Amino acid sequence: MIPLLDKYQLVVPRSLREALDDLAKHPSARPFAGGTDLMVVLEAGHLPEGRYVSLQNCPELLGIQALDGGGIPGHRSLGEGVSIGALTTYTEIQRSARLAREYPLLGVAARETGGVATQNRGTIGGNIANASPAADTPPVLLVYDAELELMSASGIRRVPYHGFHRGYKNMDLAPGEIIGRVILPSRSVWLPPSAFARSASADRRSLGGGWSGGTSDQRGSYYRKVGTRRAQAIAKVCFAGTIRVDNGVVQDTRIALGSVAPTVIRALATEEALRGQQLDSNTIAAAERALLSEIAPIDDIRSTARYRSRVAGNLLREFLSSALSPGPLP
Amino acid sequence: METPQIGRSVRRKEGRAKVTGQALYVDDAAPAGILHGVTVRSPIARGRITGITFDPAIPWDEYVVVTAADIPGTNRVKLIADDQPYLATDVVNHPEEPVVLIAHADRARADEARRRVTIEIDPLPPVLSIDDALAGREIIWGTDNVFKRYAVVKGDVDKALAEAPIVVEGEYETGAQEQLYIEPNGMLAVADREHGITVWGSMQCPYYIHNALAELFALPTERIRVVQMETGGGFGGKEEYPSVIAGHAALLAWKAKRPVKMIYGRSEDMAATTKRHPARTKHRTAVSRDGRLLAMDIDFTIDGGAYCTLSPVVLSRGTIHAAGPYSCPNVRVQGRAVATNVPPHGAFRGFGAPQSIFALERHMDRVAAAVGLTPEQFRRRNFIQPGDTLAVGQTISEPVNMPALLDRALSVSDYHAKRERFARENGGRAIKKGIGLAAFMHGAGFTGSGEVHLQSIVGVEGTAGGWVRVLAASTEIGQGTNTIFSQIAAEALGIDCADVEVVQPDTSVVPNSGPTVASRTCMVVGKLVESAALGVKHALIDAGYLPAVYTRSEFQSACTRYVAAFGSLRGTSQYQPPPGLRWDDDKYVGDAYGTYGWAVYVAEVSVDMTTWETRVDDFVAVQEVGKVINPTLAAGQIEGGVAQGIGWALYEDVVWREGRMANAQMTNYIMPTSMDLPPISVYFEEVPYRYGPAGAKGIGELPMDGPAPAIFNAVANATGIDVRRLPLTPERLMSLMEPAGA
Amino acid sequence: MPDAGVLRVTCTLNGRRSVLEGHPMARLLDALRSSGLTGAKEGCGEGECGACGVLLDGTLVNSCLTPLAHAEGASITTIEGVATDQMLHEVQEAFLEYGGAQCGICTPGMVMAAVELLSRTAEPTEEDVRVALAGNLCRCTGYMRIFESVLEAAKRR
Repeated sequence: MIPLLDKYQLVVPRSLREALDDLAKHPSARPFAGGTDLMVVLEAGHLPEGRYVSLQNCPELLGIQALDGGGIPGHRSLGEGVSIGALTTYTEIQRSARLAREYPLLGVAARETGGVATQNRGTIGGNIANASPAADTPPVLLVYDAELELMSASGIRRVPYHGFHRGYKNMDLAPGEIIGRVILPSRSVWLPPSAFARSASADRRSLGGGWSGGTSDQRGSYYRKVGTRRAQAIAKVCFAGTIRVDNGVVQDTRIALGSVAPTVIRALATEEALRGQQLDSNTIAAAERALLSEIAPIDDIRSTARYRSRVAGNLLREFLSSALSPGPLP
Repeated sequence: METPQIGRSVRRKEGRAKVTGQALYVDDAAPAGILHGVTVRSPIARGRITGITFDPAIPWDEYVVVTAADIPGTNRVKLIADDQPYLATDVVNHPEEPVVLIAHADRARADEARRRVTIEIDPLPPVLSIDDALAGREIIWGTDNVFKRYAVVKGDVDKALAEAPIVVEGEYETGAQEQLYIEPNGMLAVADREHGITVWGSMQCPYYIHNALAELFALPTERIRVVQMETGGGFGGKEEYPSVIAGHAALLAWKAKRPVKMIYGRSEDMAATTKRHPARTKHRTAVSRDGRLLAMDIDFTIDGGAYCTLSPVVLSRGTIHAAGPYSCPNVRVQGRAVATNVPPHGAFRGFGAPQSIFALERHMDRVAAAVGLTPEQFRRRNFIQPGDTLAVGQTISEPVNMPALLDRALSVSDYHAKRERFARENGGRAIKKGIGLAAFMHGAGFTGSGEVHLQSIVGVEGTAGGWVRVLAASTEIGQGTNTIFSQIAAEALGIDCADVEVVQPDTSVVPNSGPTVASRTCMVVGKLVESAALGVKHALIDAGYLPAVYTRSEFQSACTRYVAAFGSLRGTSQYQPPPGLRWDDDKYVGDAYGTYGWAVYVAEVSVDMTTWETRVDDFVAVQEVGKVINPTLAAGQIEGGVAQGIGWALYEDVVWREGRMANAQMTNYIMPTSMDLPPISVYFEEVPYRYGPAGAKGIGELPMDGPAPAIFNAVANATGIDVRRLPLTPERLMSLMEPAGA
Repeated sequence: MPDAGVLRVTCTLNGRRSVLEGHPMARLLDALRSSGLTGAKEGCGEGECGACGVLLDGTLVNSCLTPLAHAEGASITTIEGVATDQMLHEVQEAFLEYGGAQCGICTPGMVMAAVELLSRTAEPTEEDVRVALAGNLCRCTGYMRIFESVLEAAKRR
């Protein structure tokens, strides 16, 4: 359909300050980033009418910065890690050597999002704010324990990403507030810097991750998006996981999924079923039961609830099996 | 003489315009004073219209509004049964059926107004499946919901089935498929009483539109002009439906007295226009213990949608192809096209044959297994030979050699080694590999007496400037019409194809060379180009302007002198059937096609047991299509057809909700991307066809037939699962491998 | 800063300083096409088919998803600006020679995506080409001839 544009305003403030002031002055106004989601919604006739504030002249929302030492100027960091500006594009994420080294699943997920043109304009902040349960990157942010810096005219507030999505398209975001930066804390670096990280595109499967260490203190991470086709797909199930195993016992694990609930979810019960357990077939079966109890997939035009459940379980098994025998994933 | 023009990969004629963005498609035209047209459609599948409400908040005096009451002529789209209205009046028979047309200078305002029109409808129970239609609880067409029936009978099938040692049965289903040309449908119309009607647009068949508009406006055909713009893909989807859009745009223009452009949005195009007919095929096959076909009993049913449109001819081609390239003494094929309350299904590359061939070729693997033969052994034992007679009564007179095609396909695909290796290695693996094949043929040109009825005409002109113009209504839709016509004319004239111009199809300029469908453009129309070009040559020689052997410049100067002397130089050719070709329309027997393309395709797949996703890893397409005019274009046709076949087999699932396509977006209707297709290796065996231009046959539809059954056979090989319903989405494969409740 | 109405965007369009006009949220695609540059095509209007691809400051974007306001100050290259004078770009030449274009409707976007790929990857592998073109749907070719065209174009640069 063809929208009537006179019901919309799009302003392009010259600075972050101006943008935040504009958003404060117009409580119903909404931020506008790369446009790769909002313009689709506009064309579909579903974009709420009103005022949109472009963030494109906000350098504070750009860049991938290390938080070692002083953190980003003007923003005290709570510890080492990486701060990713909300306007960082999927292309920039893929090209970041630091992210590839320390948070490798992020680049894998970014590669899975749309085609090159979408990756060049789509932003990590926009992807979060679009709040799609089928988003490709948010499960990775969940397993990396991301935090969000929310900015408004009255200041900055920092919240864990887990819990940010309170329900379908419902976020912990006040009027006038935007997602400013995404913080990946150093505690969630899962691989030592020298570790080998496999990429999804190397074998043209939506599968990525890596393993390091010997039989003691193995660390692994895993990402797989299941869409019908290999590019330009909306996920039917998306699975991200990290795990640390020491002499066969799961020391820690974080698991998150997309497209199996009204929001992307962290699979806490599944993690609980694994933590401290010997990683054997009984544990895996218990973990799968836990997973199935905490996801709520639906039938829709893209897939079925049954398929999503079965695949989510299978991906969990694939993830854990690869933890049992690290090496090239199948 | 110049270098040979045939068999060379000369560059696409209009290629430069296409790679530089200069090629003009209908939406690129923006005449002054234009209005934008939109269509108000039925929200439900079936019902009685009780009223139409126009929201008073819209300033309707700024708009042009057309309903059926504004139609000057006949409110029926001229085609076969002429049963489809341009605009519904008292009843609607499918979702998205057009009811009201609106135009405004501002496209967004036109679309806003469209959303403010309410069609009030008393719903009637809809018929939404083949089973519903055949059950006949609701009669929505004729007396029995059947548009057309065909029966092809050879020998005594019942007797053979009763006496046979082994009978194998099976039922196979194929879903709808959206053509998904990347350029949505669109038309631009100028119409008034003084000048008549002119439409420019995206189309395959200018004269279909020409004839349809004459009836719609009750005007003589000379008052109608149809011009094809550059067309961004068709695949059958722009065969018959453009008549509807052209009619709508012209109705608005007629009333507005201003030019009206009507460009469909993607969702509208997907939801409202035609798709490939869903089909169900049942097989009962009698076979001897040593694997010889004794009888084939085939029941082929297609879902035609709400109006008859092209369903009878789609059914006809599907029925004739249903028994494939096999020799069998007793064959019965019963075909029927039924009515349902979904948008009419229509032409799509292959035209019924991919549906029936899918069933046949999947079934042949199952029959082979039942007699303990490999798929290739079984087929080899039963392939048709020259001199054999097809079920429809056609004796194969051409030197077809299916075993040779099979040998080559098995060899280049490394079939035997792979089949053995996969069997050895699959056990316990998360990714299972398989390899499968399909053998098939596809008739070129219209079925039966179709070409005789069409009486296609082509003109070739020599110009005063010394170059040559080809005049035909056959459209370039990406398949290479412009280029191959140039090559064929140049070869016949002994000149370079750079000296040939193929004139833009415009019914005020070009004769009716028939529709651009049915793999007929190269073989049938190309032959007319060749003979019309020869007419030009002979005129020049006979008039003494040209020696028997001549150079390019001699040819040019001969044209110049001839035109100076006689005013014009034109050769015209009209279709004549090849000698001996016979077809009986009433009995439905005879030579169904002048010739066939023959092929064996091999697909190699991986099935991921973690996700039930199937991926095609490698694809080999071996075919015999006569002389190849342009190897690059020909390979491009095969590769493109294979890609559509892979999409149909694995990805492209039309999700129906109450007769409406629920996933009418490119995001949700999944066609293959560059990441999804395997390497496609294309091989041609060239056996010149006597009655084709330079020996060429048709090629366009053939590659649509083989991929799906080859892939399904490969999946069965990989998994041991008897897959019979297309598309094989991961969800379906999961359900087959893990039945619910198991 | 006007809130609504017509925005005048100053940009460099195919090397020339130009002004595009429209609603700030209008699609760059529509602004380009109504300025006479009709090479970029609309295939889907939802960023799925890539036929509307143009380069915005050297990177490939879907102009159907780019609001006009975001073109302010940008350098835009459309398919019309890829060839210089009468010289086709290597990608365009290769598309002609290797059959990369059939119906031509996806070709402008395909060429832009390929041009962008070659601007950042001198010697792409077939896998690189597949990835770079994954946002450009083609229904005619099955992509094989497009891959070949782009790989050949890379060799000729």
